[in-house]
Parts: sequence; C-alpha cells; structure tokens
Amino acid sequence: MTGSGSLPTPHPDPADAVGPVGTAGPAEAVRRTVIVSGVASDSHTWNLIYLQMLVEELGYDVVNLGACVPDDLLVRECQARRPDLVVLSSVNGHGYQDGLRVVEKLRAIPALGETPIVIGGKLGVRGAESQERVGRLLAAGFDAVFDDRADAVVAFRGFAAVLPGRAVGGLL
Amino acid sequence: MGFSDAVRRLGSGAGLVVQPRMGFEDPARMRAGLAATRAAAAATVGTLTVDSFTRLGDLESVRNALAEGTELNGYPIASHPAETTRAILDGLASDDFPVQVRHGSAQPQPIFQALVAAGLHASEGGPVSYCLPYGRTPLDESVRNWRAGCHELLRAQDLGAEPHLESFGGCLLGQLCPPSLLVAVSVLEAMFFHGEGIRSLSVSYAQQTNMAQDREAVHALRRLCAELLPDADCHIVVYTYMGLYPRTPGGARRLLARAVELAVDTGAERLIVKTEAEAYRIPTVEENVAALEFAGAVARSLTDRRDGAALATHLEAGPGTRATDGGEVYAEAAQLVHAVLDCDADLGRALSAAFKRGLLDVPYCLHPDNAGRTRSFIDTDGRLRWADTGDLPLPPGTAAGGRRSVTSAALMSALSYVRDAYDRPDLASEPALRLAEPDPGPPTLEGAPR
Repeated sequence: MTGSGSLPTPHPDPADAVGPVGTAGPAEAVRRTVIVSGVASDSHTWNLIYLQMLVEELGYDVVNLGACVPDDLLVRECQARRPDLVVLSSVNGHGYQDGLRVVEKLRAIPALGETPIVIGGKLGVRGAESQERVGRLLAAGFDAVFDDRADAVVAFRGFAAVLPGRAVGGLL
Repeated sequence: MGFSDAVRRLGSGAGLVVQPRMGFEDPARMRAGLAATRAAAAATVGTLTVDSFTRLGDLESVRNALAEGTELNGYPIASHPAETTRAILDGLASDDFPVQVRHGSAQPQPIFQALVAAGLHASEGGPVSYCLPYGRTPLDESVRNWRAGCHELLRAQDLGAEPHLESFGGCLLGQLCPPSLLVAVSVLEAMFFHGEGIRSLSVSYAQQTNMAQDREAVHALRRLCAELLPDADCHIVVYTYMGLYPRTPGGARRLLARAVELAVDTGAERLIVKTEAEAYRIPTVEENVAALEFAGAVARSLTDRRDGAALATHLEAGPGTRATDGGEVYAEAAQLVHAVLDCDADLGRALSAAFKRGLLDVPYCLHPDNAGRTRSFIDTDGRLRWADTGDLPLPPGTAAGGRRSVTSAALMSALSYVRDAYDRPDLASEPALRLAEPDPGPPTLEGAPR
C-alpha cells in the first residue's frame, strides 16, 4: 500500500493545537515523516488513529500503516520511506513479543540503524511492564518504551516533539 | 425451525431475546458456558465465539497451541473434530435454545464448514463488516470468501436445517460511525447473503450516542428491510454499546439498560449484552449470566409497564408495523444503499466498486480499501453527525463542513463520551474512585474480535 489508508491532515484550531503547527519557517521547508503502525497480531486501530492525529499536530507528515501489519510490510515501508521516527502501537497484549521480533528486523537494515523507533500501548496482559521486560525491548533496539502507564501519552509527545536534528524554529 | 423463527418464538413471551458473546478453547468449559446461558432466567440464545487464530485462517497456530497447551481466546471450531462440537451441543442446542457461531473472519469458509458438520446452521459477519475494520484482507478477496462461505452454509439445508446469517454491519469500528452508514452496510450485507441463497437473516445496529437517533436507526433498518428484502425472514439484533465501555458497575448497568430500552421500544427481537467486566477483560460465564438476567428483567419490566392497549396492538400487528419512518437516518441510509445498488447488478462487485469510489467510506477506518475521506463528530445534542462526507452520495449541507476540525484531543473526548457520561454519577459520589482514574491512554476497542 502507498498510504492510501492514511488520514487527510486535519486542520486543528490554533487554540487546540498542541504542537508548533504553522511555525515552520524556510529552514523547515521539508516536512519530516513519521510511520505509525500496528503489529502483526493486533487488529485494533483507534490507538493508531489517535497517534496519527497527535503526531500530525506536532507538525509531521504521518504514514499510517494500519492494523495487522506483517513484519515484512513494515520493513519494506521503512526501507522505502526512510522515516524520521517509527511509532509502533499495540493494545491486544501481544505487543511485547511482536515488538521484540520486528525491531530486530528493522535494526538489521543499515539505513534504519540510527532512526528513532519506539513502541507503546498495552504490551502485555498484566498492565504496566516490568523493568526487566522494558529493558529487553530497549536492548533489542527500541529507543523508548511507552507502556501502559498514566503518563505514557505525555511522555511520548515530549519524545516526538524534539526529535534529533529537527529545525530549531520548530521546537516548542 | 430456522434461527429467526426460534428467536421470534422465544421472544413472544419475554419481550426480548438476549445473547452473550462467549467462547472457550476447552470443550467442557464451552459446554458449561452454554448450559449456564440456557439456564439463565431470561429468554436466551447461545453463542460459540471462535478464537482469533481461527478467525485469521491460521489453523496451524491453533494446532500448535493445542499441542503445546497454550490457551486460546475462543473455541477453535475448525480444528476440534465435529464429534467434539456435537458433544458440547448435545442436549443443549435445540429450537428452544438456538446456538449461533460468532467469529470475525474475512475467510469464513472453514468455520462454516465446521459448524454445519457439527449440526449448527446460524452464524454472522459479512464481506464488509468483517473485512474493513479489523485487518488487511483486500475487500475483493473478502467478497469472494463470503460468497464461498454462503455456499458452505447452504449445505445445512441438506441436513434439513435453515441456514441463518446476521450482518455485523451495524457495528463497523464500534463507535463514531454515523448511524445511516451502519444501517446501509447492514442492509446491503443482508441483501448480499440473500442474493447468495440465504433466506433466514438478521440485520444489526450497535447502540451509539443519542437515544432518539438510535431509535430512528432501528426503524430505518426495519423499513429498508421491508422495502428491499420483502420475501426474506429477517429480524433485528441490537448490540449493546461497542465502544469504550463504562468502568463503574453502575455505569455498565445503566448503559445496558438503555440498550434494552432501545431494543424493546423499537421492536427489535434480539439483544447482544455487555457485562460489568467489559472495560477490563473478557468476561466470565457468571458475569455473562448476570448481564443476561439483568437485561431480561429490564425487558420484562418495560414490556409490562407499557400501556396495555398499545401492547396488544403491538403484539397483534407485529413489531414491524409501528408507525415510525426512520427520519433523517432513513433518508441518508436509503441514499447510500441505492447508490451502491446502482454501481453493479452483482452486489459483491457493487460493494467493492462503492468503496473504491468513496460512495461508502467508513470514518477513521485505516483499511487500504477504505477511501478515508469522511469524518464524524458528536454534536452538542449527542447525535453522531458527519464533519466531512468525502464522496458519499449525500446532499450538500449534510456535513457540518469546515467549521469542524477533529484534533487528537477532540477524538479522545469523543471516544470517551459514552463511557464518561455513564460513569459520571458513580464517580461523583465516590471521589476516591475518581482520583484513582488513570489517564485513559490510547483508546482500545473492546468490541474488536480478540
């Protein structure tokens, strides 16, 4: 697919905007791309739609791959699009296993060696993850893990708002 | 006796037939769940919900899980031998207690084959409603699979049974879909089944955000079925709210009671219930039985309370003849349905073409075959309306238009609208619970197949 399932960019009311929408100057002429994706075993999509809107409001273009994304499709899309950030979200309780498996495949691609890759949602069936499981996800190649905690959304927004290399004029 | 006949007969005394969602891998547990459903103090229909590997057609993973003893999240009907399923149903399934198989699959052939082999004949889903919301199966492929699936189900006729299919079109993404599109898809899928030879049908509608609009929607559904499926044996099933469910026991019960009221008021024949555990996990058998009995009791009290004269007229004339025209929901749904029927004489091809052209377009649906140009919002009166109709064949002015913007914060509050409204009375009286409420985090969809 070529992003046909992606949502049109909403035009948020400036008062509601949570990010520097509309502050792009000449230094930021090229908008940066974020891939938002579900994992292979997960059919949920409201989480992906919410994240797409949130990331778009931070001033990025989003390619939303949708639900039940097979590992090889995610790898192909990341290879082709060279995103500035990859966001994986899962809420069916199998995200930990799916995430461990697919991040190794992503990190095996030289072009994605330095690309920020994060995962969040309900990653297991027992609420917030143990430090050990978070540690294993980080060791496997994720730059951050936003598991099922009260401040996860705020923490993720903070992370996504200040991606390395972003034009200074676009920062909060 | 067909499933629709059985539902009508069961409901004629009780006012409403109620049904759970329930599926266990272990045959003994599955049988115990069905037995408890049958024994519940309400007019009940039994459910056998299939696991998610079977739903995806991944029967190898089912074999591995059964071999390793890893627990599945439903009954693997296509992997257990037919005798095992027959033994589960033996002495339970009958005209007095029909059992329906619920699954969520865009490739239903193995499931239908298995249920017919086990002596069953009723299931549900649809080429659109079990394709677009949940996965990546191309719509064309789902249409082909469902055509083949209907033919599998028709084999039940050889065994003397009347095959039944319920369209799941009244749910789609569970929330934030304007009712006219839910009604249109449900009717179109029922017409698709009918065209493939299925004569016993049900059409669905999932409770949304505004009672008056929900009533219009159920009446619109009945009116469209009468117009477009005059010779089918068709009944209506209401789904208790399929979006983010209230977290308080009081909120969960109030929302279920409201769904019962919707079904009874509009003459719907069947209701799928939700439990107090819905916001947290897959409910237990006991929680399901409690929800069935609560819903049955509410239905009886509403039926009893009705004006005797009106009730007599209602029973005499049948629920379909009540004078309600479906209002705005009917007008929109009829335009959508007829635009699709005009696409192609073959309804399967017409459905595919309609989605390609954006004549049907589910708001917020990420499936590659959905145009994704529509948007919806909850208006100040609680009605679900179009913020953007994309290429839907609806008159100009239907959408609120550019004044409306949907932000992530607005989406979150719309997704939580029903949960918050029904939880509020209990949270207000228990401040400790309110303080303990975590930030909702990214939304999930409890109505999604497992």
